[in-house]
Amino acid sequence: MVEHGDIRVVHRGGSKINFRKPVITNDSRFLLCASGESVKVFSTSTEECIHDLRGHTDLVTGVLIKPSNHLQAFSCSADGTVRLWDFTDGILIKVRLLPSIVVCPVLSVSVSSQSLFQLVAVHLPQSGDQLVEARELSAVLTGISSNPAATVFGRGGEYIASANGLQLEVYFFKKQKAYRFSLKEDNKKGGKNTFTCVACHPNDDCIATGHEDGKIRLWRNFNHKKEYTYSTLHWHHSAVSSLSFTPEGTNLLSGGIESVLVQWRYNQENQRDFLPRLGAAITHIAVSPDGALYCTSHSDNKITIIQSCVKVSAVIQGLVKGESVGTDLMIDPRSKSLVLNGKPGHLQFYSLQRDKLLYNLDIVQQEYIHESGLQQFEVVKAAFDASGNWLATVEERKQKGAELELNLKLWAFDEQTQSFVLNTTISAPHEAQITGMCFSHATDSQTTMLVSTSKDGHFKAWQLAAQSQTDGKQPSVCPCPSWSCDFVGAYHGLVPECCSFSADGSLLAVSFQEVVTVWSPASWELLTTLSQPPKAIRNLCFGRLSCSKYLLGTTDSNLLCCWNLLTCSLEWSTSMDVSLLLADPLSENMAAFCCQAGCTDLFVFKPSEPRPLFSQKAVCSGMVTRAVFAPREEMLESCEESSQWLNRSQLYFLTQYMDLMTFTTKTEEERLMASSKQLVIDDSVAMTPFYLLLGKHRQQQQGGDDPQSGVSAERTPLPQGSVAIKELLQTPAHVLPSTSFLCSMFVQSLLISVTDSSKHAEEEMESEKEEEDSEEEIESSRTRPEQQAAVGGGEAAESAAPAMTKAQVRELRRVKKLDHSWLAGLLDS
Amino acid sequence: MGEFKVHRVRFFDYMPSAIRAMAFNSHTERLALVRADGALEIFNFADHYFQEKVIPGQDGRAVEALCWVGQRLFSAGLNGEITEYDLENLRPRYTVEAYGGPIWTIGSNKQGTLLMVGCEDGTVKMFEILKERIQFQRNLERQKGRIVSLSWHPSGTLIAAGMMDMIRIFNAETGHATHRMLVERGVGASKSREVVVWSVAFLSDYTIISGDSAGKVQIWDGLTGTLVRTHLVTKWDVLCLSVSQDESSLIAGTSEGTVVQFQFISSTVDQQEEEWVRTRTFKNHSHDVRALAHTETAVVSGGMDTQLVVRPLLDKVEKNTQESAMRKIALPHRSLVCCAKKAGLLLFQFPDHLEVWRVGESDGHGKPGDSLPVKRKPEKLIQLKGKGGDHIYSSALSPCGEWLAYSTVSSVRLYRLQYNNISITKVSKLPKDLCLGHQLCFSSDSTKLFASSRHSSVIVVALNQLECKYLHTLKPKSGSRQPVHLLCTSEDGKWLATANTDCEIHVYDLHKRKLHCTVPIYSSCPTAIAIHPTTSHLVVVHADQQIFEYSLVQKEYTEWSRKLQKQGLHSLWLERDTPVTHVTFSLKNPAHIILHDMFMFCIIDQSLPLPESKTLLYNQMTLRSLPEQERIRHSHAFKICKNFKHVMCVSLLEDHSLVVVERPLLDMMSQLPAPVRQKKFAT
Repeated sequence: MVEHGDIRVVHRGGSKINFRKPVITNDSRFLLCASGESVKVFSTSTEECIHDLRGHTDLVTGVLIKPSNHLQAFSCSADGTVRLWDFTDGILIKVRLLPSIVVCPVLSVSVSSQSLFQLVAVHLPQSGDQLVEARELSAVLTGISSNPAATVFGRGGEYIASANGLQLEVYFFKKQKAYRFSLKEDNKKGGKNTFTCVACHPNDDCIATGHEDGKIRLWRNFNHKKEYTYSTLHWHHSAVSSLSFTPEGTNLLSGGIESVLVQWRYNQENQRDFLPRLGAAITHIAVSPDGALYCTSHSDNKITIIQSCVKVSAVIQGLVKGESVGTDLMIDPRSKSLVLNGKPGHLQFYSLQRDKLLYNLDIVQQEYIHESGLQQFEVVKAAFDASGNWLATVEERKQKGAELELNLKLWAFDEQTQSFVLNTTISAPHEAQITGMCFSHATDSQTTMLVSTSKDGHFKAWQLAAQSQTDGKQPSVCPCPSWSCDFVGAYHGLVPECCSFSADGSLLAVSFQEVVTVWSPASWELLTTLSQPPKAIRNLCFGRLSCSKYLLGTTDSNLLCCWNLLTCSLEWSTSMDVSLLLADPLSENMAAFCCQAGCTDLFVFKPSEPRPLFSQKAVCSGMVTRAVFAPREEMLESCEESSQWLNRSQLYFLTQYMDLMTFTTKTEEERLMASSKQLVIDDSVAMTPFYLLLGKHRQQQQGGDDPQSGVSAERTPLPQGSVAIKELLQTPAHVLPSTSFLCSMFVQSLLISVTDSSKHAEEEMESEKEEEDSEEEIESSRTRPEQQAAVGGGEAAESAAPAMTKAQVRELRRVKKLDHSWLAGLLDS
Repeated sequence: MGEFKVHRVRFFDYMPSAIRAMAFNSHTERLALVRADGALEIFNFADHYFQEKVIPGQDGRAVEALCWVGQRLFSAGLNGEITEYDLENLRPRYTVEAYGGPIWTIGSNKQGTLLMVGCEDGTVKMFEILKERIQFQRNLERQKGRIVSLSWHPSGTLIAAGMMDMIRIFNAETGHATHRMLVERGVGASKSREVVVWSVAFLSDYTIISGDSAGKVQIWDGLTGTLVRTHLVTKWDVLCLSVSQDESSLIAGTSEGTVVQFQFISSTVDQQEEEWVRTRTFKNHSHDVRALAHTETAVVSGGMDTQLVVRPLLDKVEKNTQESAMRKIALPHRSLVCCAKKAGLLLFQFPDHLEVWRVGESDGHGKPGDSLPVKRKPEKLIQLKGKGGDHIYSSALSPCGEWLAYSTVSSVRLYRLQYNNISITKVSKLPKDLCLGHQLCFSSDSTKLFASSRHSSVIVVALNQLECKYLHTLKPKSGSRQPVHLLCTSEDGKWLATANTDCEIHVYDLHKRKLHCTVPIYSSCPTAIAIHPTTSHLVVVHADQQIFEYSLVQKEYTEWSRKLQKQGLHSLWLERDTPVTHVTFSLKNPAHIILHDMFMFCIIDQSLPLPESKTLLYNQMTLRSLPEQERIRHSHAFKICKNFKHVMCVSLLEDHSLVVVERPLLDMMSQLPAPVRQKKFAT
């Protein structure tokens, strides 16, 4: 990727979480998965994302818990680095550079990596530096599959099994000997024997392999060239995509396109359990080290967490991506979430800021049948009006030999339920496929208008019918207004392609093949026609704000034209093959994606200015057909000219491989890095808004706990939470003072909190606490903002610390004099 | 190759009966197999799985189990008798009543001194094996319920017995039961049905393996009598078990037609601790697998679907060799059809009856490949039921069609047929010497009947309208005790050739009534012999597919045969897995030899060059596409026709039309009872 200044193309939000096998931590509390350029840490119980480990500059291709320290994790990336993280705190510990491109790691004591289908062992140099370059590479196996599921370590890392095509290779590290076993291409019954995945039994020498025809083979005796043997299990009807043994090796899990998790009993293979209806094809299966949790990745970008009793406990849903997106990418004006096709027949609302699926809206409202070859209703078009009150959707079903079935549905936003409610269904709004649809942008007018264009040569304007029509004779009819057709327009029998409203809603531009017609929606008269050297119009876009007098269009003949609507003449035109033209709703900027030689270039420009604001060659390979400007939550303060266009909104686009990409500036990245460091919070608590609210409140409370606040505040520190006890329990034994000293302190802490309330003792107690806190602060290498906040209140009293020792001596003396006989009784009870 | 009018005969309703039991003798590499009708078959695994010997069954003799003791073969059945077979004279040698009701199982100790049988009344009876007979020794402690299966520990001290719902372990010395191991019943509805332990195997490490009617293969510790492991193999029954010689592999046959293999493998590479792990599953049968044998390199299985399947274990044999190919033996390796060439009659031999058919007629003409309209339908002339419950061993129809002879274990019968108004009369007075006929054969002028008798001798009987007279006995000089399995005469009535299972071929001069010569002995057993009508060359085809031509006049191999041996046969020819069962000659072209096996028939043209190793062997289709001139250049001696499948007989009639008797396997399959219900995916 070509760097342009400080703007980079990155995966951010909505990236695949099913790209690689996720990892569950040893205590089964967290789930780590590679997601775009970062590693995400999810809580297995709350499904919330706790940390986003950022640092890689390219796709993360594998995550792995460090075998020697289960609180650290390795991640590797296509940028050629392996990074070591403390995932509980989200801190990057070490970076290792590898000379070659790392495709994926496999599990072992030493991290191994695949590059150009070669398995290499990497010796990790022991060094204190944060950035280390690993030079010692030794090739273990060559010619292995690029699929990381096809290579796995066996029993305690004694051997490695790797399958590629029709061959299984087992390499023993101790003997340094490899055994190869190959299968016939096809068996007599037409099954395909190609290997798809491999798993090794943790205790026994047994390798399970999955195959293209749905069979699972259990290989044994593979340290013999000829006397190897295997048994076959067959339940799946199509390829087995993932296999995994449970940590004790009692069960074997398998999954495939059937979206059924199958649990086989090891050595009693005819006993098996099923977990059906997981929603989408299983791509990876991972098991937690204690065997309590399984998790399955699915092809619809979902991770399901399953308890070992084969019961689904949590679902982590990413941005659902199908084969293609029928609808454009859209931004819901209310929630500022990204809207596009989700599950079949649904629209998904995905929050880009929080990187979380908000909800799915069922558009088709019909049961989806999981069978290939069936033609079912699909959502092909959707549009929001400017305020987000209305949503229009088009669904269609094209069956062979049957007529096209079309439905236009209009959904109103319901404030009470905070979701869209179906208002009107118009069946067969047009006679042929709908090519374009847009709402009038005018925010002030009461008459919301929808225009749809169709291949039947008409465009239709739909309007919310007036209230008076419905409450005329039949008051029992639903009082809410419904939509109906207002106007049908045509132009010389040509097929309309695109339609666009001007920013103020006073003009409607509809392109009829090579002619652009401009209409007045108020009177439905044809104002003017604009045309250019013949070729059909591809995109049509009105300028915004100061550039609202311009209308831009792109044609099939590689032309980008800009018309001035005041003069009705061509302002300028330039020759470029624009595949997608997009206007930023918050600024004058327009973005044009040009497809050239298999790559897509991006130009950002203002219609009024001839020079582009920003251009980047080779943004991604393939054509970009879907993109959207998403408004930022808070404006970015960037002074550099080339990145100013990203200040108000962010440009997201979908590549041909359905990856959601965006542009980011350096300042933004820095800010994110900084914020991720600040956001270090308690391990178990998810960083939710609710938590932040509570956390603030708690901080305030603790801050307000000044020494003079009174008796009521005195009760808050419970004996267990008191500093003396904390000190006693947390300090290492060899630095603790003598027991007699500790005992007195312990007793004292009890005495004060339970009995005595004299002002004197109270003061002493407080000062002592402060001193302890400050000591702790000096000792701890990592400063936690939380603690800082807690201590902050007493910071001013630090000067009183030297006096403390005197007070303690006095106290000690006092304690010595006390009669301790009652203590025995207290301890006994 | 020439064009033939072909009688495609498909009305031979031959149906082999189900395989009941088998026993493999690893020293001699002979497999003994017994069918539901009591017929015993011996296969020589060392010689291309050739079916050497057949002893026909008997009505009412249901053999349940077989056992080799050295070279001797014992069987026991539900009629309560133990039988020892005389494998030289192909008849039961004697039977001993066990007096314990039906016998379910038989076994011997490793030393070969004792025989034990498990009886319906719950006793295990021990017999001492003497040189000429067996003698009852004692009973083990009597149990309640039948003894279904038995297995002797290799040391001879312990015996495991499978019963209803349990396995018993006996001390062989004291005869007392030492352990009683209860076998769990099936789940669900079968909970109330008692479980039958169909098979047990006692291994040398005191492990007992059992297969039962609840579908389990269970592994027990024989010393403590505890269950070690249960493998649920099928929903139905596990009917039989077989353990390999080195006790590292075990196979179990089920009612579903599957054979499941278990292997004794260490769970981790470097450890010695081994356990039985279920590994492969073979599915080669559609019905119950009733009998299994685990040879060194292969799994041999047979059952209700009547086929014998030899499935090589690929980890024990070299890949892509003849040994690694799977074999299914569905039809017998001997001719059950006899064709009267002059009369156009066919004799079909069934286990208990004979049928004589006249082939149909057609006067149509057509292109090659056309089917001609039938003018006269084939008709069944005679159906002759065997007498006395013994099944038919061999039968023959004279070339003129007037004489019919058949033999059983005990007797030979001769009939005279008349066709103008169909009648059959038994020739009542037969010479006394003609009591045994392993093979029967008429001379070409129908005046003599040859019957092979004990010790490879042949009895010659003269036939005429009035009487039937014993002429003499032809004896070989070698003194072989093996029976003759092939017998043929020359067209001119001068020669008689015999082949026995010692691979000897003797040729007798019938005019001089003495042995003419002995063909040099070849290591493989001859599967078909014939004497050329004009040149008097003897053509022999062996089980390893080799072809020899021997000149009876010169008493040496002919030039062509030497050339063939020098050049070697084509590899594809040698790879065929069914033996040639019949050889005839063309009357029109003396250079043609017609022979067939189960899947093809072949005309060898001795005038054409032999195929090189690189040339296409099956080249009939390519020849047809070539122009006339080039055909000669490409053609070679072996002209193979694969239009017919499952051929039982190919014979040339006098009017130069070919009779091909087929028995399609699908027809045989359709006559089998319905197999156990199995759930099939997507049905």
